[in-house]
Amino acid sequence: MARHRPTIVLVLLSLLALAAMAAFMTVGAKGQWSFVLPFRGIRLAALLLVAYAVAVSTVLFQTITNNRILTPSIMGFDALYILIQTVVVFAFGSAHLASLGPNVLFVVEVAVMVAFSALLYRWLLSGDVRGLHLLLLVGVIFGALFRSLSNLMQRMIDPLDFAVLQDRFFASFNTVHSEILGMAGLAVVAVSVAGWRLFRTFDVLALGRENAINLGLEHRRLISVVLVLVTILVSVSTALVGPVTFFGLLVANLAYQLAGSPRHGVVLPVAILLAVICLVGGQIVLQHLFAFDTALSVVIEFLGGITFILLLLSRTRR
Amino acid sequence: MIEIENVSKAYGRSVVVDGVTLTLPSRGITSIIGPNGAGKSTLLSMVSRLLPMDRGHVRVDGLDIADAASDVLARRLSILRQDNSISVRLTVRELVTFGRYPHSKGRPTAADREHVERALGYLGLDGLADRFLDELSGGQRQRAFVAMVLCQDTDYMLLDEPLNNLDMKHAVSMMQLLRGAADEFGKTVVLVLHDINFASCYSDHIVAMRDGRVIHQGSPEALIRPDVLAEIYDLDIAVETIGGRPIGIYYLGSGSARRQQMPGPNG
Repeated sequence: MARHRPTIVLVLLSLLALAAMAAFMTVGAKGQWSFVLPFRGIRLAALLLVAYAVAVSTVLFQTITNNRILTPSIMGFDALYILIQTVVVFAFGSAHLASLGPNVLFVVEVAVMVAFSALLYRWLLSGDVRGLHLLLLVGVIFGALFRSLSNLMQRMIDPLDFAVLQDRFFASFNTVHSEILGMAGLAVVAVSVAGWRLFRTFDVLALGRENAINLGLEHRRLISVVLVLVTILVSVSTALVGPVTFFGLLVANLAYQLAGSPRHGVVLPVAILLAVICLVGGQIVLQHLFAFDTALSVVIEFLGGITFILLLLSRTRR
Repeated sequence: MIEIENVSKAYGRSVVVDGVTLTLPSRGITSIIGPNGAGKSTLLSMVSRLLPMDRGHVRVDGLDIADAASDVLARRLSILRQDNSISVRLTVRELVTFGRYPHSKGRPTAADREHVERALGYLGLDGLADRFLDELSGGQRQRAFVAMVLCQDTDYMLLDEPLNNLDMKHAVSMMQLLRGAADEFGKTVVLVLHDINFASCYSDHIVAMRDGRVIHQGSPEALIRPDVLAEIYDLDIAVETIGGRPIGIYYLGSGSARRQQMPGPNG
């Protein structure tokens, strides 16, 4: 039983995820199929990209930091992305940027984001800062700092530019920014290819720095590479639907519980499938049963926040 | 042969390891002894590339550990630290299988699995192989980590206080196991030990450190002597020969040392 558990869990979750996707495409469709399918297909693709990006980035981040409480969002990664978007508009003006097109802009923002997070977070995670609570505190302060800086600049900015920015920030699960879908998909594929080549090292990295070095990994280099991959994934999900602070924490920790094995070969697919089920399934339920609008992120944040508090409490009790 | 050349490490202004030059012979057991804070663990961490050094060089079989590829080193040299906590929930067998990673790169073959079972057997962990690490006692967990290092099958094994958490019986069988690894398989074992008598009974070579420097080295007979030990530990230690081995009797301490270490209420 214990031996087959990962397979059983994977099969069940895959079926659930497929059912959710099929339902998302078909439930309550009233118009022409030729309109409904592409229209919903684009939104589904965006939700799938977000689910994948959030699940993979959170699990890998927790692997390289060897803890199960910190996530990129809690450490302020998505706030940093928003700040970079603001700074870019602040510095160059929206009219100038509009001529570049959303895809070029996205690539530029991701590149700046990777450079900055490599600088900021590498020293933070390199082992110089000890203790989970200190890291958590630094992360929360980073997040607040980035958000405040973005707010400040948004107040100083030209009103026209502000309107453009605001439009970009109002991304949510209902108003997905689908114009960068192709570029985001490409980024996710590139990250996955790079990640696939490192796949066997993930289980060893999870053992901690000293064990990883003893077992022959170039620990410092690998941590930097994985951090870049995580940063790109966070940028993708933030650009598509905006910040989702606790969603990654929720799916990653559910995945550790359900997978029945610490191997990344099991945990990563389980986390991705769980994220798909939560996002796509949740979206269907809220859209068709409750006719709510932006409530999905509220529900997810609520559940994720409770998970976060429970994890913190159980950690202190131990 | 491990050549340590003028290696230093300082944290801020406090120098922990101060220009140590030392050659650790191949084969056999070398024990590093010394009081707390002598720099033993720090030296071992630098030799095993876990800790960058401020100055100096370490060469393992002529390979400079600063330039050599980490995975090449991982097939020659393994290290076990004192405190091993892992955030992932693993069974004993899963942990020990990681010891084969430098050879199998994550795809264990039948030969690798054989290594794992043999290492589990050596450390008497057969019955515990499918238990999770967090369900074990400190001593059992310590043995699981030693099994992982053993499984790595390197010529050099560096162990920082491997007898931590072990009761007398398991401490003795651990030392016998390491002695066997040195004698039968030609391994080079380097240990940090606190119990001078284990060092005396099982080592070929003893290195004594104090205040970041190597102050004595030599055979157990040359080091386990009252005058030498007093210099190392600041403690009068009587030495008796029991079964042909010098054994230090340190439990009673000495008047002068006790006064120094236990200041009165006025400081």
